[in-house]
Amino acid sequence: MQPRRKKRLFSILLIISLIAGAIGAMLYALQQNIDLFYTPTQLVEGLGKDKVKPVVGQRLRIGGMVVQGTVSRDAQSLKVRFQLVDTGPTVWVEFEGILPDLFREGQGIVAQGTLLAPDVIKASEVLAKHDEEYMPAEVAEAMKGIRHVPPSQANFPVIESSVADGYSNPKDKPTY
Amino acid sequence: MFKWLDPYAKSETLYHFCGKLLPYLMVSALALLLLGNIWGLAFTPADYQQGDSYRIIHIHVPSAIMSMGAYAAMASAAFVALVWQIKVAHWAVLAIAPIGAIYTAIALITGMAWGKPMWGAWWVWDARLTSELILLFLYLGVIALNGAFSDRQVGAKVSSLLALIGVINLPIIHFSVEWWNTLHQGATITKFAKPSIDPSMLWPLLISILAFAVLLMALTCLRLRTAILVNEQHRPWVRKLVGG
Repeated sequence: MQPRRKKRLFSILLIISLIAGAIGAMLYALQQNIDLFYTPTQLVEGLGKDKVKPVVGQRLRIGGMVVQGTVSRDAQSLKVRFQLVDTGPTVWVEFEGILPDLFREGQGIVAQGTLLAPDVIKASEVLAKHDEEYMPAEVAEAMKGIRHVPPSQANFPVIESSVADGYSNPKDKPTY
Repeated sequence: MFKWLDPYAKSETLYHFCGKLLPYLMVSALALLLLGNIWGLAFTPADYQQGDSYRIIHIHVPSAIMSMGAYAAMASAAFVALVWQIKVAHWAVLAIAPIGAIYTAIALITGMAWGKPMWGAWWVWDARLTSELILLFLYLGVIALNGAFSDRQVGAKVSSLLALIGVINLPIIHFSVEWWNTLHQGATITKFAKPSIDPSMLWPLLISILAFAVLLMALTCLRLRTAILVNEQHRPWVRKLVGG
């Protein structure tokens, strides 16, 4: 290779590796800000090395799996509440509105809202986080035992709305 | 090592080489597109939870993968253009850039159309969507920078440098769903494991991806030929070719 070309090659490689290093360092430093949501474990136990916990009243997003058997809805309104989990503790999400079609117990979701208590989020928006698996309905039922029913047709247990705050069982009531 | 490539740096040879490839590429791109898309959009079974809406992956995934493939190809051409200072390599950069930009736009638009019914939102500023949007801006930046200088040599150099630096974005796009919490799901087929998609849906998808790749090559050949003719219009061989 001609020395002139060699020089150009090395200067280009130098420029690219310097910029790549700078961007890499930036992304590393901003890591927690690039995350779209907290997981329930991060919310309860704190985030990062310093175990920073979000404060009550903070706006945030939470992402996790809807715990089986925890979805219940209000008879009179569109209020719904459910638990989210990833690998550790669970948190409560309360939401008033229409759930996305992919919402299901066991499905991953991302909710945006404000923190009412250290483990309760009042969501203003619930998004379904789809997983990377695609298969026909018969295969899903045969292999994984999943039958997807959109939330509009699912019979989630209804809570007596005569109870003042909408929760039939005082034990279910989140502590706040 | 690359001595056999040398003749193709000459615009006339490259023009005729692209001309020879073009019909084969066009015909196979068209055939693969028809096969993959009709199979995928009309004849595959519906997904167990997304129903028919999932079919958009037969356009979304190929265009997204090839928006990155086109960028890799464009950056390689930019690398050759900068180090060896070969004119046709820079014309190749400019030939690929708009095609890649359109692929990226298709990926973003189909993704939004899918996101609204599935996630519940048109757009979310998560790492995957944002980095793919940056890819679109990189393509547009390369095109714009090239035209922004009155000295065309400077424009060529600066736009090639931007194309090359933008390569850093490619691993960020690919690994964004692993490095950070995102709303976008993880990789289904571009991973070192069994694809998490049923074979009945996988085959049309793979054919569509191949179709988008061949279409990219075909359109690049077409645009590169035009670029060579425009840039070399005063050369004797072009005058002879167009009978002027």
